Amino acid sequence: MTTVIETRGLRKTFGATVALDSLDLTVREGEVHGFLGPNGSGKSTTIRVLLGLLRADDGSVSLLGRDPWTDATELHRQLAYVPGDVALWPNLTGGEVIDLLGRLRGGIDERKRVALLEAFELDPTKKGRSYSKGNRQKVALVAALASDVPLLILDEPTSGLDPLMEKVFEDWVAQARQEGRTVLLSSHILSEVEATADHVSIVRAGRIVDSGSLTDLRHLTRSSVEATLARPLAPSEAERWPGVHSARQDHDRVVLSVDTSAVGDVVGRLGTHGIEALTCQPPTLEELFLSQYRDELTAPRPDEQAVVG
Amino acid sequence: MTSTFAGTAALLRLGWRRDRWIITAAVLTMAATAYGSMAATLDLYPDDTLAAAGARVMAENPSVTALYGPLPSLTAAGVGVLKTIMMGSLFAAFLAFALVRRHTRTEEEEGRFELVGGGVVGRRAPLAAAVCLALLSVLATGVLCALALLPTGVDPVGAVALGVTILVAGLVMAGITAVAVQLTATTRGAGGIALAALGLAFVVRAGADTSERGQDLVYASFLGWAERVSPFGDNRLWMVVPAVALTALLLVAADALLQRRDLGAGLWAARPGPARASARLGTPFGLAWRLQRGALLGWTIAYAVLGSVVGSLASSVADIASSPGMEQMLRKMSGGQGSILEVFFGTELRFMAIGVAAFGITTALRLHSEENAGRAEVVLATRVSRWRWLASHVVIAMGGALWLLLVGGASAGASAGAVSSTGVGELLPAALATAPAVLVCVGLTVTLFGLVPRLTPLAWALLAAFVLLGEFGALLELPAWVMGLSPFDHLGSLPGGDANPAGLVGLLAVATAVTAVGALAFRRRDIAT
Repeated sequence: MTTVIETRGLRKTFGATVALDSLDLTVREGEVHGFLGPNGSGKSTTIRVLLGLLRADDGSVSLLGRDPWTDATELHRQLAYVPGDVALWPNLTGGEVIDLLGRLRGGIDERKRVALLEAFELDPTKKGRSYSKGNRQKVALVAALASDVPLLILDEPTSGLDPLMEKVFEDWVAQARQEGRTVLLSSHILSEVEATADHVSIVRAGRIVDSGSLTDLRHLTRSSVEATLARPLAPSEAERWPGVHSARQDHDRVVLSVDTSAVGDVVGRLGTHGIEALTCQPPTLEELFLSQYRDELTAPRPDEQAVVG
Repeated sequence: MTSTFAGTAALLRLGWRRDRWIITAAVLTMAATAYGSMAATLDLYPDDTLAAAGARVMAENPSVTALYGPLPSLTAAGVGVLKTIMMGSLFAAFLAFALVRRHTRTEEEEGRFELVGGGVVGRRAPLAAAVCLALLSVLATGVLCALALLPTGVDPVGAVALGVTILVAGLVMAGITAVAVQLTATTRGAGGIALAALGLAFVVRAGADTSERGQDLVYASFLGWAERVSPFGDNRLWMVVPAVALTALLLVAADALLQRRDLGAGLWAARPGPARASARLGTPFGLAWRLQRGALLGWTIAYAVLGSVVGSLASSVADIASSPGMEQMLRKMSGGQGSILEVFFGTELRFMAIGVAAFGITTALRLHSEENAGRAEVVLATRVSRWRWLASHVVIAMGGALWLLLVGGASAGASAGAVSSTGVGELLPAALATAPAVLVCVGLTVTLFGLVPRLTPLAWALLAAFVLLGEFGALLELPAWVMGLSPFDHLGSLPGGDANPAGLVGLLAVATAVTAVGALAFRRRDIAT
């Protein structure tokens, strides 16, 4: 597999603010790469550097093997971009904008255009100023997904879409992957990335703090195993098993926190106690994400502030 | 009733907080100009007998009358205030227009009203706050201009009358803009309506002032009302009464329109448009053309009308200048070459060129607004290069400017040719010869956009400075190099005189250089988000 996007030691500052601090991102051909991080972590800045809209202060950027700052025009023939906050020309209709962007990119797939308009339930005859935020987002999505390009760069593309439309979006991303296109999907919506991406990079304060396939990342964390057993098992005994981090008794069940790689082993040992019921939950992306951001969760919650105030 | 005005005071403070420096700087500049113009004239004419001789020449010069209106009195103070009357009125009108539009329709179009509207803000509050800010700024201009004249020792009643003149123009324009921003859903559309009303008022006033019989028609224009306050002449302070009445009427109308429309919408509802783009809308130039063509059409109509009005003044100008003594004196006064008619047209065409420069700047400022709104980013993420995107707007700004000069010159020439010996053959080349100065203004806008994008709208300040240098620079006896900072200073004296080809070539070189600097800087900088 060839590398489509590669940044090494990417740094970008705006005055005293460090937006990107030695960011290393690798996206391979044909993958849907989830680019996860909260607001202000540097996702959009990274994407704008990748598009050649911003110039990196330091580090190297390569997009499809070229430098986006010097070869922007050439590179842009091969990609479609959806910004997180789509601004439309107030006096152009959605249909006109879709055609315009398609032509500026070098062509649009007519059949997909029709299918996408229908799937997203978008009225192409309305003027830009009368679209809601979600509908403006749909205009840019239709234009990008209908373009015949190998790389899609989507910056929080579903902001403002309702859950039904998010599902439609996920289906079309899956379709794009089947066609062999590469997708960089920046998001702070974990379920969206979980449903579409096969690789994930988690960005924090301008650095990638974790990156890998969804499966790899899950292996690095703990699954939750709950079992109802015929013969009792003391939690203290279970905690001595390799790969088990904690155990407790919850009524008739025993609840274990287990390294995902050790789940098979642990289930085997539980078997000797006679399993009557077993649930085994892989970690959600949410847990992955929270484990990276745990120390930030010490910020006061609104109710705590209210007590102080 | 009160609840619909809730939050007006808070919005007024917000408006002042956002614009306090620019308002302060603009108002002080105007007051300083009023003082400088008066003080310099009084130095020139130490007593009224001396002034009367010079004043008589000015009073009879139709190009002076067309631009500034009739001389209020044959005194030194009358001469000293003449330019300030019309420049101050136009200044107050622009200030009122800019403030009302900026704090109503622009806010609404950018969606910031929703943020504010969700708070405890009444439906009428934004318009009320914007109008208050405009009226207070106009009032401050009037008061400060009046106060500025006092140290020169002129009649205080005349100074107050100048303040009233400025107030009349500003009040009415605030009312007109308040109505205009209700009509369309776009900032640009509202600007087009309000500025068209201002342009019409100016043309009606200029036509009435220069015609032999239609003098009373001047009262059809609110700029005519301002002018006929006649500071240091009849001192008709009471003219403020009809102005306040008309403003109140316009504000009531604006309020009635406001009650009938939705937030973000205009009175004229947006209709559905085509579902597919036309074949031309597929290139950056096609897009820029689509965005600008409406404005260019409006300007074209305005310049066709303006040109034919100016051209039709040829017959009255020729009548007045029939005495040879007068003609000689006028020519000496204006420093021009050629016949009195040619001198007249030379002055008018330069004035029209400043309007075209305003078109060029507003068109080139699209670059700035497209980038700020995030629409440039979407286009620049396609295979459109930065250079092509920039060029598409600059070509329309520069090409459109040349086109407007052509329309204005041809239209003036056609209507002048029907009544005099000066026709298209003279006026069209003369109009086009002002193009290099206009192109420099557009080029400077591009420079600002490339080097200091946040400050691109300062292009307006540059144009204002050029106009002030041209209007008051000679009177204030500024050194030649300061006067030469204005590109309009290097134009020749066409029609009839010397075309100053070296100056024009120099201006073209400067225009090319500043445009190139802007384009190169833009290629190397970050796109704002």
